[in-house]
Amino acid sequence: MNYNWNWHIFFEPNPTGAGTYLDMLMSGLLLTIKTALLAWVIALIFGTIVGILRSLPSKTASWIGFGYVEFFRNMPLLVQLFLWFFVLPELLPRSAGLWLKQLPNAPFWTAAIGVGLFMSARVAVQLAAGIASLPRGQKNAATALGLTTAQGYRYILLPMAFRIIMPPLTSEFLNTVKNTSVAITIGLIELTGQARAMQEFSFQVFEAFTAATAMYLAINIVVVTGMRFLERSLAIPGYITGK
Amino acid sequence: MFDTLDFDVIRRSLPYLFLDGMSFTLMLTGLSALGGLIFGTLIALMRLSSYRLLGRIAGLYVDFMRSLPLVLVIFWFYFLVPYIGQWLTGASRPIRVGAFTSSLVTFIMFEAAYFSEIMRAGIQSISRGQPAAASALGLTYAQSMRYIVLPQAFRNMLPVLLTQTIVLFQDTSLVYVLSIPDFLGAASKVAQRDGRLVEMYLFAAAVYFAISCFASWGVRRLQARIAIVR
Repeated sequence: MNYNWNWHIFFEPNPTGAGTYLDMLMSGLLLTIKTALLAWVIALIFGTIVGILRSLPSKTASWIGFGYVEFFRNMPLLVQLFLWFFVLPELLPRSAGLWLKQLPNAPFWTAAIGVGLFMSARVAVQLAAGIASLPRGQKNAATALGLTTAQGYRYILLPMAFRIIMPPLTSEFLNTVKNTSVAITIGLIELTGQARAMQEFSFQVFEAFTAATAMYLAINIVVVTGMRFLERSLAIPGYITGK
Repeated sequence: MFDTLDFDVIRRSLPYLFLDGMSFTLMLTGLSALGGLIFGTLIALMRLSSYRLLGRIAGLYVDFMRSLPLVLVIFWFYFLVPYIGQWLTGASRPIRVGAFTSSLVTFIMFEAAYFSEIMRAGIQSISRGQPAAASALGLTYAQSMRYIVLPQAFRNMLPVLLTQTIVLFQDTSLVYVLSIPDFLGAASKVAQRDGRLVEMYLFAAAVYFAISCFASWGVRRLQARIAIVR
């Protein structure tokens, strides 16, 4: 392979004048983590609401939940980001649209909200499945104890369901981290974006991508280890994963 | 709000959008699904083989691919494929690779990791008695896989495989990062040329939505039919 490897490139100053190429990648890593965390909070909040809607006995509620999930699952994430970023400001009243366009850090907020809503549909499906997997007796017992529906969800169903769906939620969180890279298309210079920028400035393609790859792997390992710990400490006694 | 929009731009660009863009997207989806399924099945067989080393290698490959974002993998292969081609053909310099070939290789290698997990689950869902009976009948490993295990695994997992293909169909839109005119890329090109971002992106979203909805409705029906047979 006639490719000039140069692993020292990471310690050479980058053309933006602020630090080395490694600093560039690290700032990308930080932005990836920030975006992913905010997106995950949004995904959990909306996913929980919609997941509950889907599990309610009311026909209207489950239809709304179904419609929400179908809406966000049947369009590519890239298209959704374009809709939020390019289309929404044009369709709003002029002043609101202008305000949106002039928002500082617009790519960051768009990415976090766009990826968050995209992932919320997946969280909702997992949560609804988790609630459905609970024995019918749990809900009945909650009602028999005089809990309202809201209390039943708050104290009985949700704590159980969330602990059961912990493993799939882990992979959904990892998907959230990976999906933030799609925001490169709306100008968010996160980890993949910084690797791409480094490749364009320095022509050291494979070093840049190797470093980005290693960073993504590191995020994965940290998340998987952390979640496994969390899973173990939250395991429900009496279930296969519990003590 | 809508009075400044010009939806005629969609009608004018329909031939380009569908004959060039959508046919690229569908071709890429179809060939990637096929290639991904073939490689994925091989990887699943490696993972379940009694040779520990093969299993380890396959497991590492799957975990590796699944922990990387697709956008990064697309960039990786875009730059790597010319060198792989050089190495395979023994040429003196990195060969020129077209956009289609490059993205096809990317998606096959990437999707193989996902398809292999589905096929592994499918193979593991077959009861132990079946391969045991096959070897009692004197079938070799290859024959028992070919005639007994894989057809059933494939059939059991067909809905999941198709759902993954729908995901793949949506994911092919990411070749946008290489400025390849797939369906979204074509829509975006027209959008930027004519300054009609709103109309074109709304239309692209509607088309993706309609196709994915229709396909997942089909998968749901298929699932119901298969469920009765079992």
